[in-house]
Amino acid sequence: MAFHSNSISPPPSPLAPLPKGEGRNPFAPSALEKHKKIKETAAQWVLAAITLMLVVPVAAILGYLFVKALPVLSFSFLFDNPANRMTAGGIWAPLVGTFFLVLISLAAAAPIGILAGVYLNEYARDNWITRSINLAVMNLAGVPSIVHGLFGVGAFVLFAGMGRSLLAASCTLAVMTLPVIVTSTREALAAVPMSFREACWNMGATRWQTIRTIVLPNSISGILTGVILQVSRAAGETAPILFTGAVFFMPTPPHGWESFFPYGLDDYCMALSMHLFTLATQVRGVSDEYLYGTAVVLVGLVLVVNSASIVLRGYLRSRKKW
Amino acid sequence: MSNARTAVKTSNTRRPGVAWRVVLDRAEPLIEWIIRLCGWSAIFFVFAIFFFVFWEAVPALFGGVNLIEFFTSTRWQPSSEVRPEYGILALLVGTVSVTALAMAIAVPLGLGAAVFISEFCSGKLKEILKIVIELLAAIPSIVWGFVGYMVLGPIIIWATGAAVGVNLLNGGIILALMSVPIIVSVGEDALKAVPDSYREAALSLGASRWEIVYRVLFPAAKNGLLAAVLLGVGRAIGETMAVLMCTGHAVQIPHGLLDPICTLTATIASELGESVSGGMHYSVLFMIGLVLFLITFAVNLAADLVVKGVRNEQR
Repeated sequence: MAFHSNSISPPPSPLAPLPKGEGRNPFAPSALEKHKKIKETAAQWVLAAITLMLVVPVAAILGYLFVKALPVLSFSFLFDNPANRMTAGGIWAPLVGTFFLVLISLAAAAPIGILAGVYLNEYARDNWITRSINLAVMNLAGVPSIVHGLFGVGAFVLFAGMGRSLLAASCTLAVMTLPVIVTSTREALAAVPMSFREACWNMGATRWQTIRTIVLPNSISGILTGVILQVSRAAGETAPILFTGAVFFMPTPPHGWESFFPYGLDDYCMALSMHLFTLATQVRGVSDEYLYGTAVVLVGLVLVVNSASIVLRGYLRSRKKW
Repeated sequence: MSNARTAVKTSNTRRPGVAWRVVLDRAEPLIEWIIRLCGWSAIFFVFAIFFFVFWEAVPALFGGVNLIEFFTSTRWQPSSEVRPEYGILALLVGTVSVTALAMAIAVPLGLGAAVFISEFCSGKLKEILKIVIELLAAIPSIVWGFVGYMVLGPIIIWATGAAVGVNLLNGGIILALMSVPIIVSVGEDALKAVPDSYREAALSLGASRWEIVYRVLFPAAKNGLLAAVLLGVGRAIGETMAVLMCTGHAVQIPHGLLDPICTLTATIASELGESVSGGMHYSVLFMIGLVLFLITFAVNLAADLVVKGVRNEQR
């Protein structure tokens, strides 16, 4: 204001020093603006601190686990069977058990989940059936894992007559992890542009031919990401296999070819998560390093698999041409 | 031509067997039915879960257990020889209290982090934080339980002088850390869904970034943020292994943060193994499973309806 009312005097030369004092500089922030700026900066720092409060302790905990586990981490820890009432040796038998649980549950969940994703994205119309399927998928993901375990006992162990076995535990895990595959498959398919399908239909292809030759090949990596996520989820779960097939100890062949296939489909099996649980809570005289080692292998396994899925997704995004 | 081939990858370019393709095409009606069945399988599985848990709970549900006593009695003595009692009130209170404590910690942290990631970060930092949150969500519950049991428990004893380190506080903190990732990712999605024009309009009126967040984004995204909190609650109620290891497993109504408690999920996990298959105790545990199923179903349904509300508003 001061500038304009004083228009008779010549404007100050740009080279002259700026006038001193409050109110002379028209660009100086007003009290309100200063207040807003302070508030904004404060909010930004508080929120940053909150985010740090989430990230730092967890990183510290993981680091602590790793440091405590360092004395036992070695190849023999991974490849030896547990010995001396679980207080010595390694974790080979539970590791193989987890591997087979994941493999069989994947074999069961992947086809059903991928086809369900195809149905939801390619066939389903927007009607009440589709809405209830979406709701069901969401609920399947939200049902507590122990209730999945109860379902496994009722359906697979008792009703289907599988007994407590590797197969029953894998089927329970498959049902539990189905939503992971369904949702990621649906997202991967939805990312394929509609024009690709339309072009294919215009060539006279049927719906299924289009899916088989255009939609699936163009979304395969996205589907793969979901499958990897399913693997990491299935590998870490304990509650669903607690009563459906995992046991604390199984005599397993120590060496040779058979040690890679220690469990039959109708046998009990050991699993890494179950192993950690019983070691920590029900066995006396286990040394701390041994416990931490088991925990680190489990969490390392899951994080490596998850990182693989993240890397794959990043690669996918960078390569995408539409 | 080569350009077109790289852009649209088709598996038709060099296919070895024609016969195989003919079979796949001929089988279209069959394949479509298989796809349809797989699509409906999710509904089937939800009903199957309800049915099988219900079926095993029938002996307790009809005869054996008085439903009023079941929900209002705090006496849980399932293995008593003389007169077993099945009152889950203490377990319900245990679940509710540990969930409430977890949410009291996780909601401010989770929503704060969601706002920070969505509104105050950009570029590399945002990507990194999102990946970290995703990895947090992947840590198995048994590992969280182990951390609570072995690491946090001694810390709590050291800091508060409590008699036992596994208690309500321990379970609440661990559950909070477990449910934060879901709150952050769903909350961040909700904030991202607010159209940029809202932010631009507020900016042009001279609002600071913080004013945009709490005057514009919070009201606009309130349903999505509520859904994020509800999903976190669902996760916390259903969590089993971590709670089993961290809360001390004492069936009682807690009077303070340092009392050990027991939850619905932990009771099932710890007692199903020792109950006689087909017995009353066994059946009652399935009944608790049924209660859990219904609670989480209601929470998830609520979250879904809240999100639907958002979509309808935006139309």
